[in-house]
Amino acid sequence: MSDAVYQGGFTNPPQEAAHAFRATMQVMARPGTIETIKGGQAPTPVSSAAATLLLTLCDPDTGLFLAPGHDSQAMRDWVNFHTNAPLVSAEEADFALGSWQALQPLSAYKVGVPAYPDRAATLIVEMGSLTASGSKLSGPGIKESGALNLPEVAAFQANRTLFPLGFDCFFTAGDQIAALPRSTRVEEAA
Amino acid sequence: MSKNQTELTNEQQARQARLSVLATAPSNQLKALWHRWTDANGAPDYTLVRAPEIGTVMVRGRAGAVGAPFNLGEITVTRCSVQLANGAVGHGYVQGRDKDTSLAAALIDALALGDQASALDANIIGPLQAEVDGKATVRAEKAAATKVEFFTMVRGEG
Repeated sequence: MSDAVYQGGFTNPPQEAAHAFRATMQVMARPGTIETIKGGQAPTPVSSAAATLLLTLCDPDTGLFLAPGHDSQAMRDWVNFHTNAPLVSAEEADFALGSWQALQPLSAYKVGVPAYPDRAATLIVEMGSLTASGSKLSGPGIKESGALNLPEVAAFQANRTLFPLGFDCFFTAGDQIAALPRSTRVEEAA
Repeated sequence: MSKNQTELTNEQQARQARLSVLATAPSNQLKALWHRWTDANGAPDYTLVRAPEIGTVMVRGRAGAVGAPFNLGEITVTRCSVQLANGAVGHGYVQGRDKDTSLAAALIDALALGDQASALDANIIGPLQAEVDGKATVRAEKAAATKVEFFTMVRGEG
């Protein structure tokens, strides 16, 4: 196995994971905000924010789906060594990692069941860049309105109609992270 | 288990046996032998890939070694992974909470991937194996000495 498999873990796991988790909670609670997380580094093409997110959230109880483009042997070995998360299909995934195109079709992912809406998938969408402009966001955690350069709008509007079911999304680019929970209403930019 | 072992190469089986001895060896003896080794050969250059961390594993057993597996209980283990300057990666899993022991076990595993395997086997693994075997023998002898033979006299007619 190449060196990259063993590199890129947290050097100080308790503190780094706590910092990353705090930022993760913050972006999920306030959709549209962008935070910086660091500490993890996975084999290319995975961004450092996505790697840090995997180190923070994944463990042997959470199935991870690697979408085409992010599904390399080096990445599988990296996930196995650092998180020991089982690699599963899109239908069984608790977390899914990939670009927006590679993660399609979205109908494959779990949206939870009425008694347990928490049994839904969380998508980690790799983006070229993140900016607080573009699609208009409103809903819980957003004072008046927010904005985020989402890859598309229709999919998130459809996801909102399933509420309280539906998937949640993290967006990562470089060391930046943003999120879009299922509760957020999305509109095209005016 | 037997299926797995047939698929492993000789090197993998040797490594498996080495790690098994390191995992079950008494902590103070492992460290004493490791210190003797570093005094003689110098301490290796390494980076920590995974710093020593403490966790638990469930030990499973089978009644009489043949029945259905049951959970015997959890034991504390400490694990560590290191990478030597030459790129070799070693993993150490040891019983107990001693981080130095797990680091020593990981370094021994990493060094044994290079050309020092036979020297390490002779100086560290061999004595530890002998210690473990000796304890098992003493225990078996103690148990055998108190063995009671039950038998039934055949009752005759007259």
